Amino acid sequence: MTDPIIEARDFRKTYGDFTAVDGISFAVNSGEIFGLLGPNGAGKTSTLESLEGLREPNGGELRISGVDPTREPRKLRNIIGVQLQSSGLHESITVNEAMEFFCAYHGVPANYKLLDRLGLGEKRKTQYHQLSAGQQRRLVLALAIAHEPSVLFMDEPTAGLDVATRVELHNIMREQQSKGTTIMLATHDMAEAEEMADRIAILLNGKIVASGTPMEITATGAGLTKVSVRTQESSLFEDGYEFPAVTSSSSNEPYRIFFTTDIGPTVAAIIEYAESHKDPLIDLRVERPSLEDRFLEITTDGGAA
Amino acid sequence: MTAFAHHLSFELRIGIRNRQLLFLTYLFPLVFYLFMGFLLAEINPFFGEGLVPAMIIFALLAATLLGLPEQLVRAREAGIYRSYKINGVPSTSILAVPALTTMLHTAVVSLIIIVTAPLLFDSGLPNNWVNFTIVFIAVAFASAGLGVLIGVASPNSRSTMFLSQIVFIPSILLAGLMLPLSQLPETFLSISKMLPATHGMNAFNGLAMGVTADFEPWGSVVVLLAGGLFSFALASYLFSWDSQNSTRRGHPLLAILALVPYFAAILLI
Repeated sequence: MTDPIIEARDFRKTYGDFTAVDGISFAVNSGEIFGLLGPNGAGKTSTLESLEGLREPNGGELRISGVDPTREPRKLRNIIGVQLQSSGLHESITVNEAMEFFCAYHGVPANYKLLDRLGLGEKRKTQYHQLSAGQQRRLVLALAIAHEPSVLFMDEPTAGLDVATRVELHNIMREQQSKGTTIMLATHDMAEAEEMADRIAILLNGKIVASGTPMEITATGAGLTKVSVRTQESSLFEDGYEFPAVTSSSSNEPYRIFFTTDIGPTVAAIIEYAESHKDPLIDLRVERPSLEDRFLEITTDGGAA
Repeated sequence: MTAFAHHLSFELRIGIRNRQLLFLTYLFPLVFYLFMGFLLAEINPFFGEGLVPAMIIFALLAATLLGLPEQLVRAREAGIYRSYKINGVPSTSILAVPALTTMLHTAVVSLIIIVTAPLLFDSGLPNNWVNFTIVFIAVAFASAGLGVLIGVASPNSRSTMFLSQIVFIPSILLAGLMLPLSQLPETFLSISKMLPATHGMNAFNGLAMGVTADFEPWGSVVVLLAGGLFSFALASYLFSWDSQNSTRRGHPLLAILALVPYFAAILLI
């Protein structure tokens, strides 16, 4: 996973006076799952659609496997597969027809086995609008990977899906990755990004404000760990103690909550305090800051974090 | 099977599954044909003579001007062309395939009219089937071209019907479908030469039905073919993959250039 397969250099996209993407650069390595995160209007869709050849950049360079998406659309179409947020299918097209139609334009035989693999084998003659939301999403994914692209773009692939279908789609993504497919994932779902992406970039106002592995990004924040404690006699609700590394505290009865920069000394001090007050611990929970916490931290302070 | 053949076969099936297209391509023209046949043939015994070409042109206009543009605009608004672009479907196929399938569906309707009109209304049939076929293709090509151009130039579904009616209603009233062109005032006759239906009716009469044409019938065929070529070329130039993406090659008003062959017809034939 070392060769860059997707590259953006000083990429800019404007719409009239509005700058949607303001000179961003990044590289995605072959076989990686790369998450593109950001609030609405951050420039995710403009970036994705420019890489897919749907929009023309106003500056900079974009390359996928060395191919310029704008100037070499014919070469691009067999390199990439795209799972669009909107299906882009006729309501009355059947599962089989969709597979045959798109494979014909890619110059490959219809991949019926893939339909079976994605649980659509019994739905081959069913029209698109008669499929459930999960089945529709699986069909769109099947069409995106039927020609075995080396790069797969996925825009909000699990939005609105139930938990089981979501897990199933994640398994398919991992399976594609294990075959060497590079996946670029745009999502609002932080848990999904944290779970699936090898690396992520957070876009805000058209600029990349953070990038790296989910763990790296999480670690670069204020890094406050949340410690929630419940004791039998509620001695922690009394005043007159001070724990090391705690920056703030709050209450959510029956829990007392502490935010700490250093978990070890804080937890040790809490336990010692409870023991010294003959107040047995009932529950103690330690929660690392999540990617969502870090994302909110970044996006609410305008990327200054 | 080639990708284009897959596309054509799939669009033919989609056309049959789409209730709106079925209505505009089959039901509306056939009900109108029966209505006109029973009503007007009773009032005017000579109407039956021109019933076949008039109703075939009506069927072509209903399918290509009312059905086809709406179909294109809806597909564009639904993001279908975006996925087509990503998967390598060329814009020429996107425009040509629905036009061809509409023409094929209308050919079926035309056959129904040709078979039933003599039995039901004692209508005259073409005396030159080769010319009849040539004229049918020319009218279908010209009206499908206009339909495709309206679909491409129209900004949204709401505007599409308005733009289609600008051509459809005058065609019904002024193109010689309801009453002979010779009965129109001179000014209206010139205006009617701006309509593909007028040239279609004139060419059917002069070349296939054994009726005296109002003006040079082969000239009408040339105008129809030129009109179709202009329309398809302009549609291809103005085509936009995406309703949300404002980048397109020319201003939609350029579509008016499709009328150049019809303007020339006013001056030359």
